[in-house]
Formats: sequence, structure tokens, C-alpha cells
Amino acid sequence: MEHAPNRRRMLECMGWAGAGLLWTMAGGVASSVTLDAARAAQARPKVKPFTFLQVSDSHIGFAKDPNPDARATFREAVGKIQAMPVKPAFIIHTGDITQLSKPEEFDDADQILKQTGLTVFHVPGEHDMLDDANGQAYLDRYGKATGARGDGWYAFDHDGVHFIGLINVKQLKAGGMGHFGDEQLAWLKQDLAGRRASTPIVVFTHVPMWTVYQQWGWGTDDAARALAMLARFGSVTVLNGHIHQVLQKTEGHVAFHTARSTAFPQPAPGAAPSPGPMKVPAGELRSVLGVRTVTYTPGSEALAVVDAALA
Amino acid sequence: MAFRNPIRCVPSAAVAALAAVTLGAAAPAPSVIKIDNFTFGPADATVPVGATITWVNGDDIPHTVVAVDKSFRSKVLDTDEKFSFTFTKAGTYAYFCSIHPHMTGKVIVK
Repeated sequence: MEHAPNRRRMLECMGWAGAGLLWTMAGGVASSVTLDAARAAQARPKVKPFTFLQVSDSHIGFAKDPNPDARATFREAVGKIQAMPVKPAFIIHTGDITQLSKPEEFDDADQILKQTGLTVFHVPGEHDMLDDANGQAYLDRYGKATGARGDGWYAFDHDGVHFIGLINVKQLKAGGMGHFGDEQLAWLKQDLAGRRASTPIVVFTHVPMWTVYQQWGWGTDDAARALAMLARFGSVTVLNGHIHQVLQKTEGHVAFHTARSTAFPQPAPGAAPSPGPMKVPAGELRSVLGVRTVTYTPGSEALAVVDAALA
Repeated sequence: MAFRNPIRCVPSAAVAALAAVTLGAAAPAPSVIKIDNFTFGPADATVPVGATITWVNGDDIPHTVVAVDKSFRSKVLDTDEKFSFTFTKAGTYAYFCSIHPHMTGKVIVK
């Protein structure tokens, strides 16, 4: 897959710049914003820069090669968070909190995260849907605090940025990939209606919203419908987990970022017979696990994404 | 975005599944379907009415076995866990893993 901007793409970008778009670079990913939006952002002096974190795929309960104790590596990730010099505003966990949706796995994940003293916003992964009631345990535990609708989707605002937590691990169909479903997409349409195009949007969900590798189900069947609704916004950042590796891609105004796990790595798309855990020597495990820091600076409207390994 | 070189794209698990299907035609009706590398093996199985099939998860990631028509549904199967179902009616039963829906299989009961 071609990630680097080719000549035609660069020329397109320059064409847009000529038409009144401001392009910025953050973490190697180009982002654009209309000049009007940039001026509007500058005219809002009370909005300050802020940083939030993304953790993902903690798989509490996983205890197999290459990680005999996913609780221990999750604790190490939390240790890194506690040692950060600047206190983040909050944490987003993009799912697969647990390995098997057991109550004690959810309990332990919550206890470990609590050590940060930060608010945590969750979306579920498919491993959090394995209770007998198909995800009700997740919803009972996390849904109330966010005023979640349907299977658990919700939105919130923080210092001028609109955050949307979407669920693409329920209502999965045979032969398909991740799936949002009509009810959730109708809600998304309503949530975005009337919102200014200059509002920076952060979407967080478990399975990638771009098709990373269809043969392994690494994509979301109906993501195009959601992306069409987001197309008019000048700055859209999509954060996800599920594939346990850092990958990024930019399409139009949308920057897609997949995050590392804190439990185990997975192979590059198609690089192994299956997407099962990638076996790495014990001494290398922590170099492929990590935590992500995202910084929003008003005016630039490009979110800076930095992925740090545990070691 | 999804278009790729078709040769590079076929995962070896799919090749293995294809081989299993071809073998399945001549082999006796399977009573065990093994889940390995996110693949049901054999992916297509033909059994007589009254046969019981047992699925065994050989992966180190949990899977499920769920009929598309909801006629059977396993609990989550962790490594080495099993699920059995007895087919009392003739027909074609498409099934999948509800956690990894790209994993699909079919049982033909004659």
C-alpha cells in the first residue's frame, strides 16, 4: 500500500493551499485547515493546548507466548503515564480491555488504570463482547458515565475538540469485517449535524476505519458511510487499536492512526499465516508495546501523535 | 485501497483451507473441525444426518462457532476448548467466528 504522497497528490495539495487551505505537518502527517478556521481558532484565546493519551488492547487475562502476564505490562504502561512531566487531560482506551470479558479482568484493568488518577474513556474491542449477553457487561460497566447510546457509542467535547467514540465490534456478519450498523450511523449523522466544519474531530474506535487488510478482517465494512459524513470537516483524526502495531495513513482531511497494544504485537498485514500474537524474544517484547500521546494545539489544528514504546 | 497484487495477497492459511476442502471430498466425513491460524479445517464438511461435529480451538486467541441461521452458537472457546453440535436435519449450515467474522465455514448435512 502506498502511503507516501506522490507528485500528483502533492500538486493537489498545493492546489488546495492556493484555494485557501493551510497545510501543516505533525508527526510526518500532513493536515489541512481552512484559513477561516485557522483565524477562528486564533480568535478563541481561552482555548489552550492540551494533551491526551491513547492506550489500547491491554488484553487483561492474556498469559501466553510472547507475554506471560498482560497485567504486568499494562501496569508498566501506567507507570510510564504516571511519570509523564505534563499531566494529560484524560486517557482514551480503544478496546480489548480484557482477553475474555471476565468480570475479574475488567476489575483488574480498572484498578490498574485508576492509578493514573485520570478520567478514562472507553470503546470496546471484540474481546470485551464475550460475556453471555454479548457485550452487556461492558455496557453496564462503562456506558452510564458517558451517557452512551445503543451498544455504547457516545460523544464529548474537550477544549474545542469534539470526540466521538464509535463501536465496530458488535453485529458482526459472517465473512465481514468491523461494522457500525444503521442505528449508530444515524446517530453519528445527528451528532455531526450543525457542527461547524472548523471543529476539530477525533473519532476513536477499535477496528481500523480504513481497510488495512481485508483477508484478516482489518477494516470496517461500512466505514465509508461514516467518513462521508466527516468529509466536510477540516481536521479529522481517527484513533484505533485492534492490530497491535503503529500504522498511519492520510486521506483528504482525515488522519488514521492505529496504536500499539500493551499486551502483545501482531504481524504486519499478510506477513504471517494468521493475525495471531507475534512471538518475539522476551527481551524485545517491551519495544513493540506502548502508549500514545496526542497533543492538540489551537490554531494549527493538526494533532501531533507520538508513539512511545514501553522500553 | 483494497486492491492488491492477487498473488501476494492470498494468505497461506487460505491455501491450507483450500487444500483441506479438496482432500475433504475423498476423505471420510470429519467429526472434528480444528481451528488453526484463524481458519476452520476443513472449512467445508459433509456429514450424514445425525452426525456430531466437534470444533477444537488450536489457536492462542479465543474463537466462537456461530451458525448464520442461529441454529447453533458456541460459547467463547479459549485455547484447546471444544464445542459439539449434532446435526439432526439435512441442509447446509453456514457458520462463522463471531469475534473474527472473516473466519467462515460450512457443514453440509445429507
